[in-house]
Amino acid sequence: MASTQSAAAPVASPAIAPMIVMEAVEKWYGPYKALTDINLSVRQGEKIVLCGPSGSGKSTLIRCINHLEGYSKGRITVGGVNLTESAKTIDAVRRDVGMVFQQFNLFPHMTILQNCTLSPMRTLGQSKAKAEATARRLLERVKILDQADKYPAQLSGGQQQRVAIARALCMEPKVMLFDEPTSALDPEMVKEVLDTMIGLAEDGMTMIVVTHEMGFARQVADRVIFMAKGEIVEEGHPKDFFTAPKHERTRAFLGEILRH
Amino acid sequence: MSSQEILFLLSGLKWTLALSAVAFVTGAIFGLLVALARTSPNRIVAKAAEYYINVFQGTPLLMQLFVVYFGLPLLGLKLDAWIAVAIGFTLHASAYLGEIWRGAIQAVPRGQTEAASALALTYWPRIKDVVLPQALRISLPATVGFLVQLIKGTSLAALVGFTELSLAGKFIANQTFRPLVVYSVVGLLYFIICWPLSLYGARLERKFAAASR
Ligand SMILES: Nc1ncnc2c1ncn2[C@@H]1O[C@H](COP(=O)(O)OP(=O)(O)OP(=O)(O)O)[C@@H](O)[C@H]1O
Ligand SMILES: [Mg+2]
Repeated sequence: MASTQSAAAPVASPAIAPMIVMEAVEKWYGPYKALTDINLSVRQGEKIVLCGPSGSGKSTLIRCINHLEGYSKGRITVGGVNLTESAKTIDAVRRDVGMVFQQFNLFPHMTILQNCTLSPMRTLGQSKAKAEATARRLLERVKILDQADKYPAQLSGGQQQRVAIARALCMEPKVMLFDEPTSALDPEMVKEVLDTMIGLAEDGMTMIVVTHEMGFARQVADRVIFMAKGEIVEEGHPKDFFTAPKHERTRAFLGEILRH
Repeated sequence: MSSQEILFLLSGLKWTLALSAVAFVTGAIFGLLVALARTSPNRIVAKAAEYYINVFQGTPLLMQLFVVYFGLPLLGLKLDAWIAVAIGFTLHASAYLGEIWRGAIQAVPRGQTEAASALALTYWPRIKDVVLPQALRISLPATVGFLVQLIKGTSLAALVGFTELSLAGKFIANQTFRPLVVYSVVGLLYFIICWPLSLYGARLERKFAAASR
């Protein structure tokens, strides 16, 4: 399905297997079908923006990739690991996949630095010194090193979200998932978070971003994917996607959000 | 009251405090296991913990003490009164603390466990480093409140012949024929222990209410 677009995107060596492959994925919440026949292949270094109306399954889709939600049917492979229900594959995939949430979800009882060093120490077995050195380097990169010893509640929303990005990067992930990372922010803080994400994209990170920030999509995305009712309706390079959407639902959706 | 009688009351107080401390500490250890079992993703484990809590919350503490004290010897297990009441109160405290902490664990926002999972933290570090520190803070007022109930509740141990503060009071009252004075002193001793704890619990509660606003 993606093949028609990949010609427009930077060419990846065909020898390199895709970073993420979703094949005929279905997800049911009880009797409710949240995802229908999702087929998606993401190359290493590719940046994807996922958009669509509320309830269309965007969060569900990316949460299946790191198994915060189990999927019901189909097949998901991340970094060559076939994601199943087994704890071993789930752990392996989660080590390679970082995630940033709408509500930041920093650990409130830990300092910024402790937030960043917890999993590298516990999961990767890093020494405290090594984990702290990495954390400081990444906090510096998101321009927040001077707040390292504060607690999350002492920071603004934009600062907290940048910490959340740094915390995820401390695990040295191969993929970063973002679920509406700027939706909970005051407007004046959106830019600092988007700039951080743009920097990450320029460094070659593989990213899937659920967002309605269409400026970001235009600037960064290799592909924009539009979802509705649990299905991928349309995907394309942002240039084509925004100027010549093929489906009526996409046009309606774009009309809706661009008016705001 | 003679100083000897006062000393006898104080030795009763000592046993009340010892029993409370043992019941609270062992109850807390088992209560933590109960709370973790109750919130476990394993359905069978969670169900077993639920039954455990229901049984010990749904029957009078006195019956539990009787079962341990009079029932176990029938099975050939002759227990010291001290051990028997310690076991009885531990069971009781673990069920109540287990339920208090279950609620606290579930009150920690879901985003916290999700963020921990997304960082590839496995069950134990997720619980130990992320969930429990937040849950214990949430549960502190209720936990202190339960401790006060537990201290007063240890007076039930008198009914199986364990000479804690209230039974010591009864002996002295019978000896001196001055129940009003003796029981007032006994009541005062309970109050001196429990009141500061109650105040502390109320203060924690106000503090957390203010913090969550
Ligand atoms: N845990 C759940 N149990 C039952 N239904 C759920 C659950 N999570 C999501 N759903 C349903 O699945 C559908 C897709 O939800 P999802 O959160 O993926 O949508 P979304 O595209 O991210 O929407 P939004 O823009 O509002 O975040 C919705 O109809 C939602 O009600
Ligand atoms: Mg969502």
